[in-house]
Amino acid sequence: MTTTASSSTSTPTKPGSRFQWRVIDIVVASVIGVASGLIFVVWNIASVPALAPFAALLPGLQAIGGGFWLFAGVLTALVIRKPGAAIYGEMVAASVSALIGNQWGVLTLVSGFTQGIGAEIVFAAFLYANWRVSGAILAGAGAGLAMAITDLLLWYPGSALPFIIIYTIAAVVGGMLIAGLLSWFATRGLAATGALNRFGAGREIAKRV
Amino acid sequence: MRGLDLRIEPGERVLLLGESGAGKSTFLHALAGVVGDDEGETEGSLLVDGEHPAAHRGRTGLVIQDPDSQVILERVGDDVAFGCENLGVPRDEIWLRVRDSLAAVGLDVSLDRNTSALSGGQKQRLALAGVLAMRPGLIVLDEPTANLDPEGVTEVRDAVIRVAESTGATIVVVEHRVSVWSDVVDRIVVLAAGGGVIADGAPADVLARQGKELAARGVWIPQYPPPRPVRAERGPQHTLLSARQLTVGRSNHALGAPLELEILSSHALAITGPNGVGKSTLALTLGGLLPPVGGAVVASPALAGGAGEHPIRWKSRELLTRIGTVFQDPEHQLLTSTVRAELEVGPRALKLPDSEVDARVDELLTRLRLDRLAEANPFTLSGGEKRRLSVATALATRPQVLVLDEPTFGQDSRTWSELLALLARLVDDGSSVIAVSHDLDFVAALADSTVVLE
Amino acid sequence: MIPIASVNPVAKLGAGLIVSLFLLATIDWVSATTALVLELAIIAFFGIEPKRFWLRTLPVWLAAPLTALTILLYGRYDGTVYFEFLLIRISDGSIELALATFLRVLAIGLPAVVLFISIDPTDFADGLAQRLRLPDRFVIGALAAVRMVGLFLEDWRSLELARRARGVADRGRVRRIAGQGFALLVLSIRRGSKLSIAMEARGFGGDTPRTWARESPWGQAEWLTLLVGLLVGVTATVVAVLTGSWNLIVG
Repeated sequence: MTTTASSSTSTPTKPGSRFQWRVIDIVVASVIGVASGLIFVVWNIASVPALAPFAALLPGLQAIGGGFWLFAGVLTALVIRKPGAAIYGEMVAASVSALIGNQWGVLTLVSGFTQGIGAEIVFAAFLYANWRVSGAILAGAGAGLAMAITDLLLWYPGSALPFIIIYTIAAVVGGMLIAGLLSWFATRGLAATGALNRFGAGREIAKRV
Repeated sequence: MRGLDLRIEPGERVLLLGESGAGKSTFLHALAGVVGDDEGETEGSLLVDGEHPAAHRGRTGLVIQDPDSQVILERVGDDVAFGCENLGVPRDEIWLRVRDSLAAVGLDVSLDRNTSALSGGQKQRLALAGVLAMRPGLIVLDEPTANLDPEGVTEVRDAVIRVAESTGATIVVVEHRVSVWSDVVDRIVVLAAGGGVIADGAPADVLARQGKELAARGVWIPQYPPPRPVRAERGPQHTLLSARQLTVGRSNHALGAPLELEILSSHALAITGPNGVGKSTLALTLGGLLPPVGGAVVASPALAGGAGEHPIRWKSRELLTRIGTVFQDPEHQLLTSTVRAELEVGPRALKLPDSEVDARVDELLTRLRLDRLAEANPFTLSGGEKRRLSVATALATRPQVLVLDEPTFGQDSRTWSELLALLARLVDDGSSVIAVSHDLDFVAALADSTVVLE
Repeated sequence: MIPIASVNPVAKLGAGLIVSLFLLATIDWVSATTALVLELAIIAFFGIEPKRFWLRTLPVWLAAPLTALTILLYGRYDGTVYFEFLLIRISDGSIELALATFLRVLAIGLPAVVLFISIDPTDFADGLAQRLRLPDRFVIGALAAVRMVGLFLEDWRSLELARRARGVADRGRVRRIAGQGFALLVLSIRRGSKLSIAMEARGFGGDTPRTWARESPWGQAEWLTLLVGLLVGVTATVVAVLTGSWNLIVG
């Protein structure tokens, strides 16, 4: 096999499509999904005592802690910036959580799917061009709303109206703060460490500094 | 990297040298066709068999430095089969190739063996088998032995040569340690930091002409070993720590027989031995980070200074001035977003006055050549810089005992001799240094006594 | 003993999903109890060590009473009201709903945990890609990431010890864990990037259609597993309908 490298001719750089998934996108999205899934597993157990005081304070308020089950999709999308990243990241995380074993069984996958869609719709509505803090917070809200709808249908059918209202508002606020804002800060922090140099999110920050 | 003109003929075995930052890895990745077209700028052309490398994916195999990051699947057989699956090889043919390839690299384990249970050398040979199963014409290796113990280095080198001889594949390898490859390659190419080729020819010629220059830039050249420190007269020694009938392990599973050790001031102790005997675990236990499984680690009154005699019961802050630990992977110890803040963590935890914190940090920044990087994010530093930073963070609180786990792993010869000089001075000034290391040169140059674990 | 470990994971997933869907359609204690009794009778033949069973299903046993408690306190009221305080209102109706919720969480959660205990990730991925025809690049990407879990756990332990060595482990537990979580994310993305290079160099993501070294088996055992799931769901529904307790919930 002959190998030559020379500077005699010049090939123009061919830009890949903005919406196309590269191998590194798939692998890093998967890694973020799996790491998030491990955090889900810890939160599945820790949330029981951690959220009990919220529920005691105001019924439905416990949904504010749901944000820790919602960040996987938003974070994956903020890093990868490709269509479907929010759904994929949240689904991988939910699968890890379900495979290790939790109280929601197979329905974890249903929740993961709907929550991912909640965030995905927001990013899609901005034509996958808003990766700023506003986009992140709105996507978190979308995921929170999706979670509230799914949970109320699957797990709390037959709850009274005040509970439904409080649960939904708490889920949306939790989604905005934890899944939205926290993921946005995490992405910025990641970019500063150079770990995202091969991604749009990393190059943008590098330019600003 | 730019301005490189190079032609490699079929069946050649080439060792590629150059100082860090000369773009060696980038070049190898480009050869393997894994540099995305949408990333960075390209000028000129790179042709494998007259074609763009991406068109040849699978005809060029790549082995990288980190054994853990290139194991893809859980079972040995599946991992080797992975490349064939991607190339669309029929199922029956795949398993024939898997068996052949494992035999060719001398990896004699069951196809169902869990890949995470393999040693570093075995993992690298597994990666080579995975490449080989794709029947490549060109195999490129990016520092394939840098993270291995001496046995692993030989295993992998011999496997590469066996494969080259039996398949006739072209080999291009990048490695800092020239002695590993200089006898088995046909040609050495030296890349310049700014781009282009400095030297190109038969190994003996290139080393004779360029050896001294390369050694000065951090490449390991057998004829030009890095300088070793001149040791000073040392004061009287006294015991700081002792291990009594100590057994170590993780989650109460003991590794090895009970140990008796005396850790002295003004003394360097090396701990060596093959993989998996618990060297790192011993280091972490002596460092007061892991509880002993049996026996005890006891601090002398001189070291404990009122904090109790068992380091594992000390508070995290109490460890700082007594025992410092430098982990094998510097990234595990990073806490902040600038180099300066990283160095301030320890002194601030000790509640030292601002002027003292600044004085210590400035002194360390200069001494370890990190001053230029004071405001950089620690994660963005090079391997050698990260290593110096992790040592500096431990030194900032002036511990009497310093424990280091494989401090010279993967370092170029320049960082190697700097570290050695620094540690030698610490010992000469009265500290105790405990180093876990595979690196026999390092042990020979520093250690006053050696414990071999088996 | 039923050799459940060798059944295609996709079939196990399907069976779990079928049972769950039947139970989701209604909220009543009869259907949940019927399903639970049948499930436990089948699980008894899986030959799982008792210790392992209790350990793995622990989250389900914890969550079931807590979810039920929420419904007991805040569920829709009906019949006699026994206790009232602010938004809390315990009534005949909420007691019945709470009991049904408790049993339903167990009936959905327990079989899933038990079926998933024996799932091997590689076999699962093979099933998803070859049988369900999910896009293979994504399935394999996820599988490769799952293999790194062991490395993540090792990293986590080192990060923890390293914080003690740096003198910052005495206080601020929450902040420290957040910092460790971030560091783990950095390390895992770094590893992921390197892994993607290794995978790409082995032809992953190319244009050639992929072949499979392992066939994902699908035969009688798999159809039988799905059938058993269907039978459990149908039996629970029929019993509930016959006793008049079945109630379709929509929202």
